[in-house]
Amino acid sequence: METNLQGRPRLGEKLLEGSFFCCACISIVTTVVVICILAFETYGFFVEIPITDFLFGTEWTPLLQPKSYGILPLLCGTLMIVVGSSLVALPVGIAAAVYLSEYASDRVRNIVKPVLEILAGIPTVVYGFFALTFITPMLQAIFESTHVFNAASAAIVVGIMVLPMVASMCDDALQSVPDSLREGAYSLGATSFEVTTRIVLPAALSGIFASFVLAISRAIGETMAVTLAAGATPNFTLNPLESIQTMTAYIVQVSLGDTPAGTLTYKTLFAVAALLFTLTLALNLTASAVMRRFKETYE
Amino acid sequence: MEISEQKLTVLDIQNVSISYGGDLAVRNVSMPIFEKTITAIIGPSGCGKSTLLRSFNRMNDFIENVEQSGKITLNRQDLYGAGVDPVEVRLRVGMVFQKPNPFPKSIFRNVAWGPTINGLSGDIEERVITALQQAALWDEVKDRLQDSALNLSGGQQQRLCIARALAMKPEVILMDEPCSALDPVSTSRIEDLLFELKREYTIVIVTHNMQQAARVSEYTAFLENGILVEFGDTDQVFTRPENHRTEEYVTGRFG
Ligand SMILES: Nc1ncnc2c1ncn2[C@@H]1O[C@H](COP(=O)(O)OP(=O)(O)O)[C@@H](O)[C@H]1O
Ligand SMILES: [Mg+2]
Repeated sequence: METNLQGRPRLGEKLLEGSFFCCACISIVTTVVVICILAFETYGFFVEIPITDFLFGTEWTPLLQPKSYGILPLLCGTLMIVVGSSLVALPVGIAAAVYLSEYASDRVRNIVKPVLEILAGIPTVVYGFFALTFITPMLQAIFESTHVFNAASAAIVVGIMVLPMVASMCDDALQSVPDSLREGAYSLGATSFEVTTRIVLPAALSGIFASFVLAISRAIGETMAVTLAAGATPNFTLNPLESIQTMTAYIVQVSLGDTPAGTLTYKTLFAVAALLFTLTLALNLTASAVMRRFKETYE
Repeated sequence: MEISEQKLTVLDIQNVSISYGGDLAVRNVSMPIFEKTITAIIGPSGCGKSTLLRSFNRMNDFIENVEQSGKITLNRQDLYGAGVDPVEVRLRVGMVFQKPNPFPKSIFRNVAWGPTINGLSGDIEERVITALQQAALWDEVKDRLQDSALNLSGGQQQRLCIARALAMKPEVILMDEPCSALDPVSTSRIEDLLFELKREYTIVIVTHNMQQAARVSEYTAFLENGILVEFGDTDQVFTRPENHRTEEYVTGRFG
């Protein structure tokens, strides 16, 4: 019998390959276009307002007279939300993950883990409403000077919002540490606390760190819940009981109004967005650099 | 059984049965482990060797729905008695596992880890050096103690795990098929090492490698389906087994 080693043409495969390539191109092209528009409009803004006024100004009143374009109040607002929410979400998230991964029985785990994933999917408006009707009154009961709209309430609710994600990701990171390491540690006379804190957590560090970065990115980007709970007052303060405005909240506020395209106010949107973009990019770059250094590989 | 009676019994296993969710894995096993000797546990895979070995330092405590009956004593103290802390048990009975499992830390910190967390007395550095020397690893790693243990070869990693156990100066060292993941050269290095170690330590080694058992051990236990078929002097078990199942197994007719 004659054997034929000649391949048949595989048309379907070629077609699929081509369409995958197109999809890859589309995503890259759109990103590039977005960045170009952002850069162009931001440039237009800085032609009119000196960049130093923008970066170091302590008044942000682009919608009121006299107009002022100092970003610090918005930056400060965003920072308070990030720090405040991290204080809530990171420690509690790790603790919850340690409990789930190292101490909980399989039964508890199998119930709690899916619940965490559902919680992570609740729309953020709901959290904003929860902050207004529940967290703020509680804060007011403790600190009399608490404003109806305040940064603390928003930060706490954002913390609660990202908590399930942090807990779930940290749990995954802990679970990915092989049991053989735990057994090795136990066989040396370690208690479960020592095994957890000195072997498992350090081995899971890069995964834990990744969850932190994601939590912070989400806190920076969070808009709805923060607008509802913290109000819309660009306020250069570190007092968490006062109303503030974050960068994203400002963008929403102006976008919802009827600001004509091409005006300076319109261009502020792009300047703020560009800063936001730069910040998150820097965060992600540092994160991946740090993670590469911290990564402890194991079998 | 020809067992010299003057040797001290360190571990005494009496009528031990262990089951996983009702399925018996070890059935009514009784045997002594003598001081400063090597005892090999052999038998086909799945016969309960690991289960039995792990009961000697309470590593089965971590597995859900394990049930155990019978008695195991370490120098006459009941390992499972009321008020016994499994952490204390593991301080005195160390373990080396089938697959090398060094911590993702430096070579030095791997060995120093046990003594450090347990606050053992004496100079940690000295302990680490001694342990590495005993494990015949010192010459290979003395210039790179701060390197990650994960950069070592498989055989070196396993000797590191032995050093890690030795640094605790345990009374007994349990080894669960310590060479099964290693090449022949690394295997023979570890066997040489065992000869050195038995001068100071009591060793129980599980192996599915009959030649290894015959080479290194003084006593051999043959386990089949969780039943201790035969226990005795290694010479006797391999050359004049009392049970025909043992004979079939050691001559390689099954398993
Ligand atoms: N964690 C476990 N859960 C349930 N059954 C197990 C577990 N570990 C071992 N077994 C069962 O117990 C028996 C003995 O296993 P093991 O002690 O690992 O044998 P060996 O080490 O001799 O190969 C096997 O039938 C195995 O399936
Ligand atoms: Mg086994």
